[in-house]
Amino acid sequence: MKQISKYAVLALVAGGMAAGVMSFAEFGASEADAAVSNPGKLQPVSAFAKIKNKNERAVALFNEAGKVIASPRCMNCHPATDRPTQTDSMRPHIPLVVRGEGGMGAAGGLACTTCHHEANFDAANVPGNPKWALAPAEMAWQGKSLGQICAQIKDKERNGGKDMAALVHHMAEDELVGWGWKPGGNRTPAPGTQKQFGELIKAWADAGAACPKG
Amino acid sequence: MAALTLKINGESRQIDVAPDTPLLWAIRDGAGLTGTKYGCGVAQCGACTVYLDGQPVRSCSMPVSAVGTSEVTTIEGLSSKEAKAVQAAWVAHDVPQCGYCQSGQVMSAASLLNLNPKPTDEDIDLAMNGNICRCATYVRIRAAIHSAAKTLEG
Repeated sequence: MKQISKYAVLALVAGGMAAGVMSFAEFGASEADAAVSNPGKLQPVSAFAKIKNKNERAVALFNEAGKVIASPRCMNCHPATDRPTQTDSMRPHIPLVVRGEGGMGAAGGLACTTCHHEANFDAANVPGNPKWALAPAEMAWQGKSLGQICAQIKDKERNGGKDMAALVHHMAEDELVGWGWKPGGNRTPAPGTQKQFGELIKAWADAGAACPKG
Repeated sequence: MAALTLKINGESRQIDVAPDTPLLWAIRDGAGLTGTKYGCGVAQCGACTVYLDGQPVRSCSMPVSAVGTSEVTTIEGLSSKEAKAVQAAWVAHDVPQCGYCQSGQVMSAASLLNLNPKPTDEDIDLAMNGNICRCATYVRIRAAIHSAAKTLEG
């Protein structure tokens, strides 16, 4: 048996014991989480060309991109409170961690980097990325409608001062955003691809960036 | 298997483990430092806490190959003034029961006091909630951290 396999098995066995003893689930998906399926593919921008009204086309494009925004892979780090959520069921993060300054955890408390490192580490089922952090509080998405999130995304006061070009770049190119499509382990990826998502956001911006109602 | 050089507790050590071995096992099996404990293996209990360049990390949650030139500090090498105050307070409050989780608890408590010399109950809970104690010595842990903070005030 390869050494890593030995440790993976140890981790699984002990993880199961810990879950039994301490009555909480691990980083990985629970049985309930497994029932949450990936909403699937994204329609290409060309599928929206038949909508002649620009505003209506923009709204339709954003609704399509919204499949990604509503994904647990994105929502988990855009929580309504200071505590992130995790797994496909978006349950509160265990252990308790809070945003803190810079989205990296409370000062002197548990930092994201205590457990999350440069890359996913499957032997411990811990996800990782060099930019791992919570979105700022003004970028909280959970509990909001897609229309509210759309307005928030366009608002420079709440989007980190991004103009539309920077916003498109963030969605299409950002490394941590991109992690959502290659989350590893048993995590459900965001729908489609980051490239498709970026194209939808760009087409939405080009069509005037109108937002869904509500 | 490959020989890796790790700087642990100020000493360079050659450790012959596979690069994707969790740091925890490189410390325990490779370096023979068994003060760092294996609890859950999935970054949920904190028993395996060590420092990487002074910052607490769960050593089960990263491959040894990710350590690079960073300095690892384990419970055996913990010698800061905060650590000494924590260890004295641990004894004074008779904190450990079975003791298995205590090296991780002490590592986290010393780091907390280093970054936050006067922690409130809430600060302590936020810093220590990732260190699980099956004997539930949490009340004594919190009291001992407050005591250590007072000691450090002078």
